[in-house]
Amino acid sequence: MLLSGADIIIKTLIEQGTDLVFGYPGGQILDVYDSLYKYSKEIKHVLTAHEQGAAHAADGYARATGKVGVVIATSGPGATNLVTGIATAHLDSVPLVAITGNVSTSQIGSDSFQEIDITGITLPITKHNYFVASVEELADTVREAFRLAMSGRPGPVLIDVPKDVQVAMCEYEVKPRILPEEKFAAKDIRIQEAAECINKAQRPFIFFGGGIVSGDACDEMLELAEKIDAPLGSTMMGLSALPSHHPRFLGMQGMHGDYASTTAMNNADLIIALGVRFNDRVTGDKLKFAEKANIVHIDIDGSELNKTIYAHHTLRADVKMTLQKLLPLINEAKHPEWNEEIASYKKAGCEHADNRGGMTPKNVILTLNKYIGDNTPVATDVGQHQVWSAQYLKFTGKRQFISSGGLGTMGFGLGAAMGASMGTGKRTVLITGDGSFGMSLNELATLVTYNVPVVILIMNNGVLGMVRQWQTLFFNRHYSNTELCRKTDFVALAKAFGATGEKVNSTAELEDALNNAFYHEGPYVIDCTIDKDELVLPMLPPQGSVDDLITKVGN
Amino acid sequence: MNKYTVAVLVKNHFGVLNRVTSMFRRRQFNISALTVSETESNEYSRITVIFVGDEMNKQQLINQLYKLPDVCFIKELSDDESVIGELVLIKMEIQPECFDAMKKDALSHDGKIMDFTDKAVIFQKTGTSDQIDDFINLMRQYSILEICRTGIVALEKGDDTIRKSIL
Repeated sequence: MLLSGADIIIKTLIEQGTDLVFGYPGGQILDVYDSLYKYSKEIKHVLTAHEQGAAHAADGYARATGKVGVVIATSGPGATNLVTGIATAHLDSVPLVAITGNVSTSQIGSDSFQEIDITGITLPITKHNYFVASVEELADTVREAFRLAMSGRPGPVLIDVPKDVQVAMCEYEVKPRILPEEKFAAKDIRIQEAAECINKAQRPFIFFGGGIVSGDACDEMLELAEKIDAPLGSTMMGLSALPSHHPRFLGMQGMHGDYASTTAMNNADLIIALGVRFNDRVTGDKLKFAEKANIVHIDIDGSELNKTIYAHHTLRADVKMTLQKLLPLINEAKHPEWNEEIASYKKAGCEHADNRGGMTPKNVILTLNKYIGDNTPVATDVGQHQVWSAQYLKFTGKRQFISSGGLGTMGFGLGAAMGASMGTGKRTVLITGDGSFGMSLNELATLVTYNVPVVILIMNNGVLGMVRQWQTLFFNRHYSNTELCRKTDFVALAKAFGATGEKVNSTAELEDALNNAFYHEGPYVIDCTIDKDELVLPMLPPQGSVDDLITKVGN
Repeated sequence: MNKYTVAVLVKNHFGVLNRVTSMFRRRQFNISALTVSETESNEYSRITVIFVGDEMNKQQLINQLYKLPDVCFIKELSDDESVIGELVLIKMEIQPECFDAMKKDALSHDGKIMDFTDKAVIFQKTGTSDQIDDFINLMRQYSILEICRTGIVALEKGDDTIRKSIL
């Protein structure tokens, strides 16, 4: 059938299984919005307060559902407002397709009104991007964008469509949903070599990341852990790949990781690294990182192998398929001494644990844990509250934890929680701080409009807690620009947006508020007061090693 | 630190060179020379990169190239197993007192005269980068007006081609 470019974009999105998109209209994307009007029965568009919120929403949607998130914006500022959202998705390997309008091809390059070179700007933060110069290539470009976003290590793809291409007419033919590139296991010989290395280990440790979530390889990984009697630790991106209470799971690793997990990894003689990229927040001082260990590293992205940490066995392959082929080659083993040692790390970790009563950050999260059901998505913003969430939240289902790990984007949470809730149809929790929330609270308007059930828990300490913590520890308590001194009344603010909320000062009040919030239909804001001097511990100083671990400050 | 020659066959699309060089820049790869040219097929362009670093850096460079969807084939070319060369044009001022010596020097080092006027002469020289360096150094004793080098091109010896390499 003969369709306009704009219609082709929307028809191709529908053809690819998209039924929900996030975005914001504008001059150079008007034709696409006219097509959204036309096809509104088949595809729903969520109008956000800001393009950044739309990008984070599409990201949260993708993280929670595993499907490709789609965001639409106009040219110029509409497109640049997506940049932080796209970069966030890029660093955390989230499949996202961003569609932007642009001025007509005849005007491109002339600095016309709201013209911006968005393919140039997003070059380093996308897997790939396209400037579509003719309507004939439009449908296949959208399909190819979906394929790329999903294939291998997922990530964002941007399609920039000039106005005249949206208007031009072209034959369109529905095609079947595109599949990601076929996955592959590592070569037999490489698997054999890795198996020999694993079979020799006496102190094995499995270290997993977001690749286990996107690669859906948790079952195979746990089977391996059982077979070789190994503990598991994860990156922040790996959280909620397996249930937090799993007896072999020691917790998160790295700068604010669990004491037992960090120590066990440091003392292992073998690290089996699955879908991780050895980020500096994980390794600290690279030269001192796990000096005693052989490393077997499996990742779908070859560029992550031997990038920051040298691995003795590198396997560029799908982690699930590779583990399936690896498992039969692995001998059953028991390591009682190693497990005793790990038990002692756990005990030592408990000694460092924060057992205070009252409204401590830990108690706030533990209280919240009682309300979080299986598969309740929990989004966070970035800062102290994010790490406390990572440390203390108890996950039972997959894809539950939605957090900006790689880019560390303050302002990510509210949009992401909205996308996660709309994608899963489930009540979603956002744990945020007063700093982060201040960056994105405009999206409360969207939550109210669409009546999205998001419980927003603001851990309000009146300061930019994480930056302030660094000032406490490393800058002689020079609290430069981290004390907010604001007079924002978040409950009144929620009401002004048409939402509701309450302020809580004790865990008992928090329980009452959560009771209200979890039965409320739309968004619900809980302004939860905590002390500004609370620290995230333990802490590995930047570029430090496990010997430098800070477990307590002062008395 | 070693010097590596890497040949990359990329899709002949608008902006591909930018994607490749932008990646080199943002990941701080130490590229000492880079050329782009047409190939036997109008589907592809060929980029030849001279890269300085260690083995791990080189592998990382290749891995990062592989991630670009426009990159189709990559091959590392060794000095022994490849024909590697470049071309220089060098414009010399004619100084009557030493013109004969300069011409003799240039011609005895395989320089070819490409243009000759009463004030200047352009020599063309092809060879390895070292030979070109030597040629330029030889000419420095006279008066050089300007120089333009092509950068390196390289093909593997024998009948193997980059398109037979597996991505």
